Amino acid sequence: MVKSYIEKIGLPRVIIIVFLLLLILAAFLQGQNMSMLTTDVLVRFGMNGILTLAMVPAILCGTGLNFGIAVGIIAGLVSGIWSIDLGLTGLTGIMFAICVSVPFSVVFGYLYGKLLNAVKGSEMVVGTYVGYSVVSLMCIGWLVLPFKSPTLVWPIAKAGLRNTITLDGYYEKIFNNFLSFQIGSVTIPTGLLLVFALACFIMFIFSRTKTGIAMKAVGDNNMYAVAAGINVNKMRMLGTIISTVLSAVGIIVYAQAFGFYQLYQAPLNMAFMPVAAVLLGGASTNKVKISHVVIGTLLFQALITIALPVANQIAPEGGLAEVSRLIVSNGIILYALTQSGGKK
Amino acid sequence: MDMQKPILELKNIKKEYYGNKVLKGVSLDIYPGEIHCLVGENGAGKSTLMNILFGMSVIHETGGFEGEFIIEGKPAVIKTPNDALENGIGMVHQEFMLIPGFTIAENIKLNREPLKNNALSRVFGKSMKSLDTEKMKSDAKESLMKLGMDIDEQTIVKGLPVGYMQFVEIAREIDKKGVKVLVFDEPTAVLTESEADKLLEAMKHLAAEGIGILFITHRLDEVMAVSKRITVIRDGNHIQTMNTCDTDVVKIAELMVGRKVEKIERKVNASSDEDIMEIKNLKVSMPGELVKGVSFSIKKGEILGIGGLAGQGKIGIANGIMGVYKARGEVTFEGKPIKLNDPQASMSAGLSFVSEDRRGVGLLLGMSIEENMVVPSIYNFKKYLKKFLIFTQKDTKAIRENALKYIDMLDIRCTGPTQPVMRLSGGNQQKVCIARALTLEPKIIFVSEPTRGIDIGAKKIVLETLIKLNEEYGMTVVITSSELAELRSVCDRIAIISEGKLSGILSAEASDSEFGLLMSGINKKGDE
Repeated sequence: MVKSYIEKIGLPRVIIIVFLLLLILAAFLQGQNMSMLTTDVLVRFGMNGILTLAMVPAILCGTGLNFGIAVGIIAGLVSGIWSIDLGLTGLTGIMFAICVSVPFSVVFGYLYGKLLNAVKGSEMVVGTYVGYSVVSLMCIGWLVLPFKSPTLVWPIAKAGLRNTITLDGYYEKIFNNFLSFQIGSVTIPTGLLLVFALACFIMFIFSRTKTGIAMKAVGDNNMYAVAAGINVNKMRMLGTIISTVLSAVGIIVYAQAFGFYQLYQAPLNMAFMPVAAVLLGGASTNKVKISHVVIGTLLFQALITIALPVANQIAPEGGLAEVSRLIVSNGIILYALTQSGGKK
Repeated sequence: MDMQKPILELKNIKKEYYGNKVLKGVSLDIYPGEIHCLVGENGAGKSTLMNILFGMSVIHETGGFEGEFIIEGKPAVIKTPNDALENGIGMVHQEFMLIPGFTIAENIKLNREPLKNNALSRVFGKSMKSLDTEKMKSDAKESLMKLGMDIDEQTIVKGLPVGYMQFVEIAREIDKKGVKVLVFDEPTAVLTESEADKLLEAMKHLAAEGIGILFITHRLDEVMAVSKRITVIRDGNHIQTMNTCDTDVVKIAELMVGRKVEKIERKVNASSDEDIMEIKNLKVSMPGELVKGVSFSIKKGEILGIGGLAGQGKIGIANGIMGVYKARGEVTFEGKPIKLNDPQASMSAGLSFVSEDRRGVGLLLGMSIEENMVVPSIYNFKKYLKKFLIFTQKDTKAIRENALKYIDMLDIRCTGPTQPVMRLSGGNQQKVCIARALTLEPKIIFVSEPTRGIDIGAKKIVLETLIKLNEEYGMTVVITSSELAELRSVCDRIAIISEGKLSGILSAEASDSEFGLLMSGINKKGDE
C-alpha cells in the first residue's frame, strides 16, 4: 500500500517532501516567523512559476530542458526597461512590457531555434552556453542602449544602465497586490497566483491542440513524427519560440514581485532554478506535464525559502549565510539534475 | 586428400537462446585446402554458428552450447575470440575493421608489429621498443603477394576502393602465423563483380596453400564456382552436406528455402486485374537497405508480398514510398502521381504504413495506446479534433471510441486505452501500430515485417487481420517480410528483391527452387 503510493508520487518527490517536512519542523522549533515564511513561499512560487513553465514547450518539442532561457529573459528585460524609460506605470506599464516582450522574444527565439535545429542531440549543452554568451553580450548592450530616463542610467555618467532598476513607483507588486487578502498574518498574493494559473491553463489548452499533440509526438519519437508527416524542425522551432516567449513574460512577472529589474550578470544562472524545479516536480528530459511544473516549483521554492533562515540560525556567522545559501540551492539543483532521466 | 584429417570439426552443435532453439544439431568439417560453403537463409543459424566458432561472449553469456568442437583431432575449448585466434581460426569481417589513417602495412601488422631494440628499450624494457618498419613492410608485402595483389604497402587505407580494403583485411588474417581456417562472412556482398571475381581467385590461391576456407554467402553462383563441398542449414537444422560436383544451383536453392508452407485459407480472392499503384525506377537511400531502381505494379485488392534476404533492399521500398527515407523515381497511385519524400502527401493519397522498426519508428513509447493510434490522423486529416474559434482541441471521446474499437478488433491485451505502449508486449505493440495505420482509413496498407519478434498467437492474429482487411474491405495489402514461408502463406503474388533490384515476381504457389534462385539474384543476371 505504502509502496504503491510511493511509486505513484515517485521516490525523489518523497525524499524532497520528507526533507521539506524536516525543515519546517526545524523552522518551527527555532521559532521562525512561520506566517512570514508561508507568505514568502507563496510569493516565490507565483513569481518563479512562469519561468518554470517555460521548460514545458522545450521538453515537449524534444529539445530537452531549456538551459537557454536567458535568451527570453533578456527580451523581457529590454521590454521592461523600455516601459520604464517611457515612464509608464501601473497596469499600463506592465502590460506594455509584456506585449512588447512577445515580438522581441519571438525573434530571439527564432534565432535560438535555428541554432538548436543545427545541433540536434546536444541542445542542452549548447543552450547553456547560448545563455552565457547572450548574457555576456548584453553586458555591453546595457551600457550602450539609448535609454535616457534618470531612474535607469548612472547618475554621473548620464549613460549606461544601472545594475538594478527599481520598480517602486512603476508597477512593483502590481500582480501580488491584486485582490490579495490575509488569512491570519499570511498574505495571499491572489493576482500573482492567478497570472500563473492563467499561463498554465493556456499551456494546457495548447498541449491539446493539433499543433500541441504534434509537438508532443516530436518530443517522444522523432522518427515516428517524420513517418507521420510532421515537420520536425518546424515543431522544434515553435517549441523553442514559445519557451522563449514564456521566459520573457516570466521575468517581467518575476521582477514585479521582486521589485527590481536586475541587469548585467544577474540572468547568468537563472536557468538552473526552473530546470531544477521542473525536474523535482517529476519531469524528465523528454516527458513533462503541467502538474510537474506546479508541484516542482512549489517544492523547490519552499525548500529554498525555508532552508535559508534555518541554516542561518544554525550558523549565524556573517560569511556563512551566503555560503550556506549557495550550498543549499546548488545542492538541490544538483539533486534535481540527477533525476533528469526520469523514473525508470 | 580424402585421407587427410579435417582441421576443424564441429559435431552436432546445439544452441538455445532463452529456450529458443536456434541450432538443432549442426555438423561441419573442414579439410585443409578445401573451400567449404555454408548456405542458408537469414535466421537459419549461420551467424550463431560463427559466434560459436569464434567464442563470442554472446554465446557464453547465454549458457554456452552443446556439441563437440574439435581442432586437428583434439577437442578444443574456445571461450574468447583470442582462443580462436590461438587455435588458428581467422575471420574476414563483412564490415572492415581497418584504421583509415594508417598505411596498409600498419593495418596488417596492427598490434602484432615486429619490434626491435633501441637505446631507450634497453633501459626501460620491452614497452619502449621501436617498430621494425622494414620487417613490417616485407611481411605485409608477402601477404599481399599471396593474394595476388600488387599494391604499394605504404599506401594509406583511407580512400582505397572497397575491394582493396577487403584484400587488406584478408592479408591481415593470413599474415597471422598459423592460420589454419579462414572464415569469409559474405565477403562479396560489398564488392563489384570484377572485385568479387578477384576475391574468389584469391580464395582459391589460399586454399591451394593448405588453408581450410569456410565461405558464407548467399550468391549461389559463387558457391558453385569455388566450393568443393556445400553445407545447407535451414531453421537451425543441418539439412545436407554434399559435394559441389554432385549438385546444381536449383537443388541448393530448393534445400535452402524448402519448408512446409501452410496456406492460410482465403475465402475470396479480392484481387482484380486493375493496377492500383505503379512504381517506376524507384531508388531509395535507406542505409543498409538500398533500393537501386525497382519497377513493378500493385493490383487493386491483392495481397502482395515483398521478400528477399536481409540487406537487399526489400525494406527500403515501403519506406521510400511513404517518405520515411529519401527516394527518387515515379510512383503513381490510382492514376495520380504521388509526391515522394513527403509522408503527408503519401498519407493524403490513401497510403498507410506499419514500419518494420516498431520501437524506433512505429510507436510513441511514452504515450498512451489511444494517442498512438490517432496522432497521424490528427495531424494530417484534422480528425479527432473539436474546433473552437481560434484553436482546436483533441476530441477525447472520439479518440477513446477509436481506441476501444481497435482494442476489441485486434485483441490488444492491455489494462485500458490509456496504458503507455511502453508497457505492452511486442505483439500488442505491433497491433497498436496496425491500428494506427488503419485509423488513417487507407486504401492501401504497407506492412513491414509484421511478425518479427512477436509470439505465435499474436502472429496469427496479425496475419488474419491483414487477410480480413483485404477480404472484407477490399483493402490492398503489401507485406514486406524476411520470412518467405509467411509470405507464401498469405500473399497472392510475391516480389523478390535482390541487391536493390527486382529479381522477379512469383505466384505464391511457385516452387521452392524458383524462390531460392530469385533470392540469390541468379535470374536477374540471366535477364541482363
